[in-house]
Amino acid sequence: MAEQTAAQPFAPVADRVPTRSLSIRGQERLMAGIATAILVLGLTVVLFPLFWMLSTSLKGEIEALKIPPNWIPKSFQWVNYRDALTHNPFGTYFRNTFYFAGMVVIGEVLSNSFIAYGFARLRAPGRNVLFIMVLATLMVPAEVTIIPTYVLFANLPGQWLNTYNPLIIPAWLGSAYLIFLLRQFYLGIPFEYDESARLEGASRFGIWWRIILPLSKPALGAVAIMSFIFHWNTFQGPLIYINDNAKFPVSLGLSMFRTPFGGTPQHWYMAASLAVIAPCIVVFFIAQRYFIQGIVVSGVKG
Amino acid sequence: MLSILPRPKMARNEALWFWLFISPWIVGLILFRGGPILASLALSFTEYNVADPPSPVGFENYARLLRDDIFYKSLKVSGLYTLMAVPLGIVVSLLMAMLLNQKGVPFLGVFRTLYYIPALVAGSVAVALLFQWLLNPSFGIINFLISRFVGEEGLVPLGLSGPRWFFDPNWVVPSFVLMSLWGFGGSMLIYLAGLQGVPTALYEAARIDGAGAFRRFRNVTLPMISPVILFTFITGMIGSFQIFTPAYIVSGGVGGPAYASMFYVLYLYLNAFRRYRFGFASTQAWFLFIIILILTIIALRASRSAVYYESPGDDKMI
Repeated sequence: MAEQTAAQPFAPVADRVPTRSLSIRGQERLMAGIATAILVLGLTVVLFPLFWMLSTSLKGEIEALKIPPNWIPKSFQWVNYRDALTHNPFGTYFRNTFYFAGMVVIGEVLSNSFIAYGFARLRAPGRNVLFIMVLATLMVPAEVTIIPTYVLFANLPGQWLNTYNPLIIPAWLGSAYLIFLLRQFYLGIPFEYDESARLEGASRFGIWWRIILPLSKPALGAVAIMSFIFHWNTFQGPLIYINDNAKFPVSLGLSMFRTPFGGTPQHWYMAASLAVIAPCIVVFFIAQRYFIQGIVVSGVKG
Repeated sequence: MLSILPRPKMARNEALWFWLFISPWIVGLILFRGGPILASLALSFTEYNVADPPSPVGFENYARLLRDDIFYKSLKVSGLYTLMAVPLGIVVSLLMAMLLNQKGVPFLGVFRTLYYIPALVAGSVAVALLFQWLLNPSFGIINFLISRFVGEEGLVPLGLSGPRWFFDPNWVVPSFVLMSLWGFGGSMLIYLAGLQGVPTALYEAARIDGAGAFRRFRNVTLPMISPVILFTFITGMIGSFQIFTPAYIVSGGVGGPAYASMFYVLYLYLNAFRRYRFGFASTQAWFLFIIILILTIIALRASRSAVYYESPGDDKMI
């Protein structure tokens, strides 16, 4: 609609025919201009919360509560980060989270690629029914399985509660969403590769390990990043299984954030929060190429 | 199709490999998905606190659930939240995806990356703490901006000094909706992929027929990406009904004030892991499963006439 009103100044009635294509280009340029303006404006709104997080995290305790607020702190209190991250053992929390997320990422990359290879490239009776079951498990809310899974680990012999194993082991046994994503990707790899490798005597396992895995690095990169970011932030699972402060991941550590005087000193909260989300953002920027690829694979081909 | 001679043996061999490759998933299905689904159904007919063996109680948990006032409150909170967050999320992310798909905009790649950042951390503890701070009634920046522009001392003196957000039972759900909207980047990227799949020839044909921007959106874009909208609608609905972390963090795990943040799954969690009523909580979980299933079926049915598929009846998914 904006375009029709905008078209008029560019299209004098007298010579409508020759200017028509020009007016379309003019319209497009105008649309692009409006879109750019909205995008810039929108970006300030979208990124403002993160800016405010950073700004608050660098203020002193009194300055953080000042009204009207200082947009930029008078002097940068970098010491907030040291205080917030050492009063609670965030070093331990970070180590725990790297261990947990790392184990899950390795498991999810290997197992889902293995399973997806079967679904994408091997024929067997009943395969389609099983694949429909994979998709059906996507629809079951996690809440239905959380309690029996907890009950299972609570009753198994040995020490399972208060360890990460109940959260790591299921990740090594496939995730419906990632099986689906990787299967779509594998369907796009020419089947001639398998055929010629088989003529040279490679086993199915060898084909998966030496041909499919190297060829699917971009998709596996996408899986690794999605998996890392998801498990870095995950909260409900650790909340249920981990109850020893020394074993907390960052999400639990942040939720139990304690300060020497009680209360909620926002400058500390924001410093700790920003430190916790920083690895996600860093990983995203390093590997965003893979990330977008993953979305495109699952979004377009699916 | 393949060679003629050793076919039966080869096919059997291939089938064996197939089962070997998907065996981790089979184990996972039995131990952590299919098995628990049945176990949870069985548990819903018992009273169970992990320490003592489960004792069967028949339909008692179901009857008690239907008498439980807080259960109805939690259903209302989650339902209202879903009703607001899902449609708003679709509108915002679709609009942004269209802007990010506009030809001639400079630095499109940079814009796409930056707009996605909030989605990376959406629903996390850190974001819940951040929004608690942004929406703090007395010291939060949002209420400062409201009072500056429309508040009592503002440019537009409406006598409004900003809502009390997470502290006012009437504003709690909208505050959570606001928090969820911030993470629109995920579905935005899905829409972007969908928009890029629309053939440009269709737009050109519409343009030649004299369709303006709005009509091109209505008659080309909307039908072509309607399957994507349906997908985000259904997954968004399922996700909204399962929201937990923000509610737990903001309310300190109690669902206040006046149960206004007692989301469905928060109440389920409290029954299971705080009160050790695992049987009752399993009943809640099954009830949620049924609600989601019914809503999904309704959405699929209702969308049949509204969603356009390029090749009707094909089995693209499989």
